[in-house]
Amino acid sequence: MLKLENRPQPSAFWSYGSPLLALLCTVVIGVILFAMLGKDPVRGLQIFFWEPLKSGYALGELVVKATPLLLIALGLAVCYRSNVWNIGAEGQYLIGAVAASGVALMAPPGGSAWIVVPVLVAGVLGGMLWAGLAALLKDRFNTNEILVSLMLVYVAVQVLGFMVYGPWKDPNGYNFPQTKTFEAATRIPRLFSGSRMSIGVLFALLGVAGLWVFLFRTRAGFAQQVGGLAPAAARYAGFSSRGALWTAFLISGGLAGLAGALEVAGPLGQLTPYVPAGYGFAAIIVAYVGRLHPVGMMFSAILMSMFYIGGELAQSRLGLPKSLTGVFQGLLLFTLLGCDTLVNYRLVWKRTAGAK
Amino acid sequence: MTYPRLQLTGITKAYPGVVANSDVSLTVMPGETHAVLGENGAGKSTLMKIIYGSIKPDAGEIRLNGQPIQIRNPKEARANGISMVFQHFNLFDTMTVAENVWLGLTRNSLEQVTASIVAKANEYGLDIDPARPVHTLSVGEMQRVEIIRALLTRPELLILDEPTSVLTPQAVEKLFVVLKKLASEGCSILYISHKLHEIRELCTACTVLRGGKVTGVCNPQEESNASLSRLMIGAEPPKLEHKAQPAGESRLLVSNLSLPREDQFGVDLDGIHLDVRAGEVVGIAGVSGNGQKELLYALSGEDCRAAPGSIRMGDKDVSALHPGSRRKLGLHFVPEERLGRGAVPTLSLAHNLLLTRTGSIKHPKFAGGWIQVKKLEEHAAAIIKGFNVKAGGPNAVARSLSGGNLQKFIVGREIDAKPTLFIVSQPTWGVDVGAAAQIRGEILALRDAGCAVLVVSEELEELFEVSDRMHVIARGKLSPSVPIAEATVEKIGEWMSGLWHTVEGPDAGPPQVGEAPLGGAATRVAAERGGQHHHA
Repeated sequence: MLKLENRPQPSAFWSYGSPLLALLCTVVIGVILFAMLGKDPVRGLQIFFWEPLKSGYALGELVVKATPLLLIALGLAVCYRSNVWNIGAEGQYLIGAVAASGVALMAPPGGSAWIVVPVLVAGVLGGMLWAGLAALLKDRFNTNEILVSLMLVYVAVQVLGFMVYGPWKDPNGYNFPQTKTFEAATRIPRLFSGSRMSIGVLFALLGVAGLWVFLFRTRAGFAQQVGGLAPAAARYAGFSSRGALWTAFLISGGLAGLAGALEVAGPLGQLTPYVPAGYGFAAIIVAYVGRLHPVGMMFSAILMSMFYIGGELAQSRLGLPKSLTGVFQGLLLFTLLGCDTLVNYRLVWKRTAGAK
Repeated sequence: MTYPRLQLTGITKAYPGVVANSDVSLTVMPGETHAVLGENGAGKSTLMKIIYGSIKPDAGEIRLNGQPIQIRNPKEARANGISMVFQHFNLFDTMTVAENVWLGLTRNSLEQVTASIVAKANEYGLDIDPARPVHTLSVGEMQRVEIIRALLTRPELLILDEPTSVLTPQAVEKLFVVLKKLASEGCSILYISHKLHEIRELCTACTVLRGGKVTGVCNPQEESNASLSRLMIGAEPPKLEHKAQPAGESRLLVSNLSLPREDQFGVDLDGIHLDVRAGEVVGIAGVSGNGQKELLYALSGEDCRAAPGSIRMGDKDVSALHPGSRRKLGLHFVPEERLGRGAVPTLSLAHNLLLTRTGSIKHPKFAGGWIQVKKLEEHAAAIIKGFNVKAGGPNAVARSLSGGNLQKFIVGREIDAKPTLFIVSQPTWGVDVGAAAQIRGEILALRDAGCAVLVVSEELEELFEVSDRMHVIARGKLSPSVPIAEATVEKIGEWMSGLWHTVEGPDAGPPQVGEAPLGGAATRVAAERGGQHHHA
């Protein structure tokens, strides 16, 4: 009989190596999957792992998609490290996008480019507000933040729907449920001409550095994590658990809202019912594949972005369904959890009867 | 001829990195009370788990009543008449006492089990409510459940792993009566302990383990403490020096502290009066689950619901202050639970310093302060060295340390802060003899340096060794204090049942006449026999 036995000392190497091993397993399963679908596996892999990297423009697109994933994942990492289970980043992202749109729609034609600042601030505040709701309910009434934050995603989708079908619908938009295209001044400044990369990338990189400093070099970040690792120790030390709850929700809500604002005032340029792209949920996988570590999440966000682009390419070039993206994301998380289990446990073969 | 009840030959069990048992042989005759003596980590618990079937040995033979036997799991052990009371309890937190006991006896109904628990509990004076969920029990109460569970299977061989550490002296005596009775009925007992006087009183044979090997087999009644000690640790434990010294100004003054329980199975604190002065050690004795946990939460600030004015440090009212603010005033506290409260198991020792120490923090205004990693590691290394902690260095994670070494580190962390008021709970619980002596020595050194020290412990011996004055806590009430010179084991034991009598002073609870005695203490004594000493 196969049994899992606790390893006395999990290998330090493999606790970092397991995401790579998980990626390898995902690739192997992917090859089998392509073969079974009757497609050339080499071509399939090429589309997922080479096409998104092969040109400057492709790399730019990779970064465009990785930016919101990374921003949201950074915030989620703060939550998950402090035992706060915010599953509703998607909703915070949406409300951030709605709030940013509200400001962007108010911009006069031909105004100053500084309008971008209030647009982004509105996005951050919108995300914080939505996350703050979950925090408030948890703090005041001890509700389950997993359920509340998740359900607020669906409320956020309705809010978005109401705005684009109702007050904000473009009068010249042939009755399509969408706002008018934002004024050019509200467009998030791009880094280079010829690429869609915006200053959002800088925010994400700043976020990586900031989170690293917060988590590993400040006492507040330490206190935040102790609450997650050992609540009784946090109480003993005198670290406030309410403070940790609010900090985690507000940071992650703010970052998700920022991602929403960057997206709606960046690549999209208007608010439509198609803003929810699942970034808020994919970011959960980004956070865990990246080991909740700022630098790790940088790599996992790029990987996840590859799956997004690869899925789209697979649809157009190979005629495979776009949901392949979800399959790959799921495979990656699944194999990672498997590898993590084997880092902490080993498989042993035990006869059911008789001692040695 | 009579076969030995249990015979072990050449038992060996190795874990990666450590050999827990190496070629251990042991023989227990029917009706014999056999001691297994050794320090923490000597391999006693592993050996007992092998006998009980919860660990498989790598090599060696077990014979039961002369027959070779393979005990594959605890169920088979019980079927063969072997029962065990573990040191680390095997109870499911979310289930009630009765349900936990029921797990091992599935043939009976829960009602039958409940009835037999009550019957056994009354027979042996082990007071327990079968309907309570285990997570609300104190350590001492959990042990009672384990003892009852073992007795219910009517064992031929009963294994007891350090059973007396949470009992009052009277309850220990009562337990010894039970064990002697069991032995006279032909039940063999394996008694694991490092308390030499208990072994010498109770046992007729003794196997001593050190580092997983048998270092001696003897009759403890013919040995002295010193000779047993030499077999066990290779040396005699150092003697503590308790210098007489007058107490200084009051550092902690608790007046009429009453707190309703936070947890429905907790204990209400009721009119606690306590004064701890500079340069003295005040001890609080009592059976666990009588309000120690709640009192310590209130004193440390982890529970800051105390009424204004009820807790003062010097001339400052700290009743509403959080742990961090009290720490700034010089209060340092070592909690009973090391892993998970006193230290974060998965963090390094260096990072665990940050729980209570701010020496390596720069710019405290900015996000709680900047952590200077190098300074932090040096600080941790200094504590590891200064308090003789065996650890892989400042970056070793807390859970990789043995209980005794982690305790030395935590005590070191708090003592190194040069507290003016030091509170410690169960300072040497599960700590080996050498480390325990060192920790007690540190407590006394702190006292000699003028610190006010409060020690809460269930080990009377320890309190008698370090305290200047002693209180007893029972049912959420605190007894008057008694100077150590006037305290006797008998008197403190009676007080543990909540029976003390006040003749002077406004600050002691009313006498407990007529109330049933508590906890494991089964002595019923007339109220007038209670202690009559009160010293402020």
